[in-house]
Amino acid sequence: MPVLARWIERAGLPTVVVTMMPSIAEERRAPRIVGVEFPYGHPFGMRGDHRMQSQTLLLALRVLAGAGTFGTRVDLDIEWPVPLREAYRAWQPKEASPIVRQFLEARRSTA
Amino acid sequence: MKVDGFRFLPRTFRPLYEGRGPFPGEEDPVWAPFEKRLAESRIALLTSGGLYLKASQESFDLEREQTHPEWGDPTWRAIPAAANRLDLAVAHLHINDEDLLADPEIALPANTLAQLVGEGVVGSATSDHLSVMGYQERSLEGWRDKTVQELIVHLRDQNADGLILAPV
Repeated sequence: MPVLARWIERAGLPTVVVTMMPSIAEERRAPRIVGVEFPYGHPFGMRGDHRMQSQTLLLALRVLAGAGTFGTRVDLDIEWPVPLREAYRAWQPKEASPIVRQFLEARRSTA
Repeated sequence: MKVDGFRFLPRTFRPLYEGRGPFPGEEDPVWAPFEKRLAESRIALLTSGGLYLKASQESFDLEREQTHPEWGDPTWRAIPAAANRLDLAVAHLHINDEDLLADPEIALPANTLAQLVGEGVVGSATSDHLSVMGYQERSLEGWRDKTVQELIVHLRDQNADGLILAPV
């Protein structure tokens, strides 16, 4: 996704990436980044929590319109209001994704 | 505070993502200044949640991803900003899609953006937002030459002044 942002930015359209992995977006050289410490699948916040979604979107808009330099990163200071163990399980698919299965199989074969 | 991007992942998964650096040829800064006031700007959203209109659009290709784990469908879908959540489906193998189906705003906050337009914070939203699904961490096959070029044309046609991208 950060590389998509770069290509679109290069075409002249300003972009911001809202991401659970802001350090990876930095590695991939995204122009503007908003970091969120939310479970995967939830970049704008909790299901049904309009206030959290609105706060996240507003920060993204402020960074999009207000950042002055390449690589600007602002992290959203909101803690996920669900116990970690529960949240950790809830976002994951019922079956491991193909790339995760491949990773786990490769790890087992080298163990 | 500083976000811990691995808080909700097994620590052993870090090597899947970390330390790879930029894609070849994507090391230099790129920058398009945001010139207008937000209240005079038109904003578009892009999600990688694999959302599509179940009555009129094809699903993303999950079958090929099952057999080619490092590949992700590089096609895209235009999602009308006024789409009802009941019109949407999700094609994605990397997340539990239950919350996304129940409340697409968690990944594509079209209604929240429309509300900010109504309040005068943002000038307007594009009539369509954008949805992709494809996994891009390993391969950019199909993305640079086709998908992104189409997305750029679409965003220009919609007179977008800025784009908010949100990977899921």
